[in-house]
Amino acid sequence: MTAADHRSSWGLGAPSVGVGFKPEHFEAIVDTRPQLGFFEVHAENYMGAGGAPHRRLDAIRERYPLSLHGVGLSIGSPGPLDQAHLQRLAAVAKRFEPALVSEHLAWSTHECAFFNDLLPLPYTAETLGRVAEHIDEVQNALGRRMLLENPSTYVVFAESTWAETDFLREIARRTGCGLLLDVNNVFVSAINHGHDPDRYLADFPLSAVWEIHLAGYAEDTDEAGLPLLIDAHNSPIREAVWALYTATIRRLGATPTLIEWDNDVPVWPTLLNETRRAERAIIETAKSRERVDAV
Amino acid sequence: MPFETTIRTFAAALDDPSAATPAITRGRMGAPDGRRFAVYRNNVAVGLIGALEARYPVSRRIAGDDLFRAMARAFVRANRPRSPVMIAYGEDFPEFAGAYLTAAEAWPGLAVLADVARLENAWVEAYHAEDATAATVGELAALSSDCLFGTRIAFHPAARLLRFATPAASVWASAQSSDDPAAPAEGIGEDALITRPDCDVRVRVLPPLAYDFALRLREGATLIEAAVSLDDPTFDFGTHLIGLVDSGAVASIIAGQTS
Repeated sequence: MTAADHRSSWGLGAPSVGVGFKPEHFEAIVDTRPQLGFFEVHAENYMGAGGAPHRRLDAIRERYPLSLHGVGLSIGSPGPLDQAHLQRLAAVAKRFEPALVSEHLAWSTHECAFFNDLLPLPYTAETLGRVAEHIDEVQNALGRRMLLENPSTYVVFAESTWAETDFLREIARRTGCGLLLDVNNVFVSAINHGHDPDRYLADFPLSAVWEIHLAGYAEDTDEAGLPLLIDAHNSPIREAVWALYTATIRRLGATPTLIEWDNDVPVWPTLLNETRRAERAIIETAKSRERVDAV
Repeated sequence: MPFETTIRTFAAALDDPSAATPAITRGRMGAPDGRRFAVYRNNVAVGLIGALEARYPVSRRIAGDDLFRAMARAFVRANRPRSPVMIAYGEDFPEFAGAYLTAAEAWPGLAVLADVARLENAWVEAYHAEDATAATVGELAALSSDCLFGTRIAFHPAARLLRFATPAASVWASAQSSDDPAAPAEGIGEDALITRPDCDVRVRVLPPLAYDFALRLREGATLIEAAVSLDDPTFDFGTHLIGLVDSGAVASIIAGQTS
């Protein structure tokens, strides 16, 4: 099954737009039962033994498809994966039976110290080999395909010899993993490194994409006074990112899309409005694609 | 440069705020850029301090933002998480905060702060504890009286017993309904019981001797052994037992042998 087949076979009815689940929205969600494609959760938040988090997620899972998004596996580490953590991830996946499982092209643990951030790695033949081995290991442990997300980065490495898009394409080819295309990360990294985000997307292996992320960024400047965007997940999606998103789904077709808003979490209706905008973008894009097809 | 060396260099610079920006990194001008690398340092610090703020909201309000941040920053520097499961991070903070306040010769009224932090940590532990059904008062009533004395109880995985030298539980409780939790400068110590009936974490202040009775039971004593050990002829163990079961603290009642 290709990523394109899968995108249309979620059985959710297009357009499939989801949101990151926050406990403070639980009541509003179960009371109003909004039409939504899916909910996504950070796997690590459900690695406690039991209690309210599990009960709430059971209730969400009864009503909606689920996407499980890991933030702590440190796939981009040179060292071996944390086997205990991999087993915890497999246990959460077994319990909640998500439709998708994803992680990041990043590292967060070094010599048993966990840095609680998604840290960058150089793109070389050596790092590519190691990341591919780690993904093989994750997919074997989970008994399923995982998705790998492109990062937001603030620095690059002098030693990198691969373009990020080529690196991701080769990892997907070697491991059979899918890709999670974070359009906000594309924009943030492109501005931070002085690249053209449209060019990055033109080079991106879209045929391997199973899911899209959208989020807000914060703005700062670097030592040279040049813009430095920060992947903050604390605000509405910016217009430039919506424009990139529309351009992406025009090429890719309807793709499960997540609204991420993890900090300064807004009231539920604000979050729901962001999903409606993504749905409209998918519907309008589909119409324009049909018109093109009909010509 | 070997992959391991690159990541080791990056990690070492993250850990040491006074370290130079790693020469292996590049900004847009083709050279290391301190403000760019600072985003990572800041993400790590803000994330860990934020985890402590989320785990200890009342302690933070009692301390005030400046003092709490100073303690949190010191804790984070000395205690890097060892696991990616952040719901376990910061469980050692109450002890650290107590030592910090003592070393800083803080106002004695702040003694309640470390106790409130202990309570808040126990609250989070109870919140994430394993699921189990709780015994009911009906099950207790169904015990025949001749096996009652030899009966033992198994505590619910979420149940926590706490003894404070300060009125920490009252201060914590007042903070739930007030923006300005008053920390009495002088106050008597309190015992508290945390339970989680129906996934809802509850904190209650225990009456005299209830903590000691529950602690004996938790250590495996029978009802009669626990009651006798208190050496108080007025102690009504039936009332205390019903209170424990009713609070959801008991997972199962293990009936004694009939005599």
